[in-house]
Amino acid sequence: MHRTGELYGQFKTLDQQKETATLGMWIFLVTEILFFGGLFLTYTINRHQFPTAFGIAGNMLSLPLGFANTIVLIASSFTMAMSVWSAQTSRKKAIVVWLIATLVLGGVFLGVKVKEYKDKFDHHLVPGYHFDITYCRNNPSACGLSGKALDDEKKEVDEAIKVEKEYAQQQGFADPATTGMAAVNAHAQLYFSLYFGMTGLHALHMIVGAGLLLYLILEARKGRFDANYNTPVENIGLYWHFVDIVWIFLFPLLYLINRHLV
Amino acid sequence: MSENGHHVVSPKIYATILAALLLGTYITVQAAKIDLGPWNIVLALTIAVTKMTLVILFFMHGKYSPRRTQLVIISGFFWLAIMLGLTLMDYGTRHPEPSRSANPSAILTHRV
Repeated sequence: MHRTGELYGQFKTLDQQKETATLGMWIFLVTEILFFGGLFLTYTINRHQFPTAFGIAGNMLSLPLGFANTIVLIASSFTMAMSVWSAQTSRKKAIVVWLIATLVLGGVFLGVKVKEYKDKFDHHLVPGYHFDITYCRNNPSACGLSGKALDDEKKEVDEAIKVEKEYAQQQGFADPATTGMAAVNAHAQLYFSLYFGMTGLHALHMIVGAGLLLYLILEARKGRFDANYNTPVENIGLYWHFVDIVWIFLFPLLYLINRHLV
Repeated sequence: MSENGHHVVSPKIYATILAALLLGTYITVQAAKIDLGPWNIVLALTIAVTKMTLVILFFMHGKYSPRRTQLVIISGFFWLAIMLGLTLMDYGTRHPEPSRSANPSAILTHRV
């Protein structure tokens, strides 16, 4: 890795060298688009197939936490953009400050995500043997549900069970009530598998991004980046913005689609 | 343009984009609470695509990048469109999937 901004033999100018690095970063990001694209495609198909279970499962996510995290991540994209600007204008102290702000916001995002994951774990919504979509409906105090939130939860879960029971009856299955319940649980688990898979992969990208930011902060403190040489800030910035874009789609698709039914 | 030939986007533009993104986030959350039927998802995705476009054009300097880089960016979405488009076309034109239940016997019945 070149660190000082010297001109390498295969390039004519520093400009060309920098453009090439940025082009390479974009090619990597294109592979990332397709990587996440496959997951979005899987989600779309399954959501279309099991709209009821996906709808009620999606409404079990915390909208305030998801909304707050979206704001935090967008703000971190802004601070990252400001780091790039500081580097381009040789503001060596400001680069460090903006990078640290970005790292802190990234940390806040991951912290909120941990809280969300823990809640899902406590509410028996992690796919596996203990998964139970009716857990919060039947143990509202354990989930902190009361009043309208509890009514909504009951209404939704009961509606989903009813839909699947009717389907089972229509198909002439032996035990429609049990089959219906099993179907709701199975399809809701599919939703939560995708939820954990997609947000987990996104969080993994954030963790990698945090490591890259740490590297940038250490380098920036040595005064390495200025108007002539800022390729690492620019390219890691591109990566950070890409991760933000993924969340811009994850948030509405996972949290928002069926909110109007509540 | 700075002396080294790269466009420097001003903090003013970055702040404007930040405000637009936050506004978009607020609108998408409020709109999700209103029942628009099938248009809920359309509106949510339209806002998301708009936000993404702003991030790419300004935060990621797509607007100021050389043509070559812009071509690579567009190609990414072109490949994505192929993957999404052709796969969804396949799902959309198949017979309705029968196995909506977890009951394995149900799946067997419908395979006939």
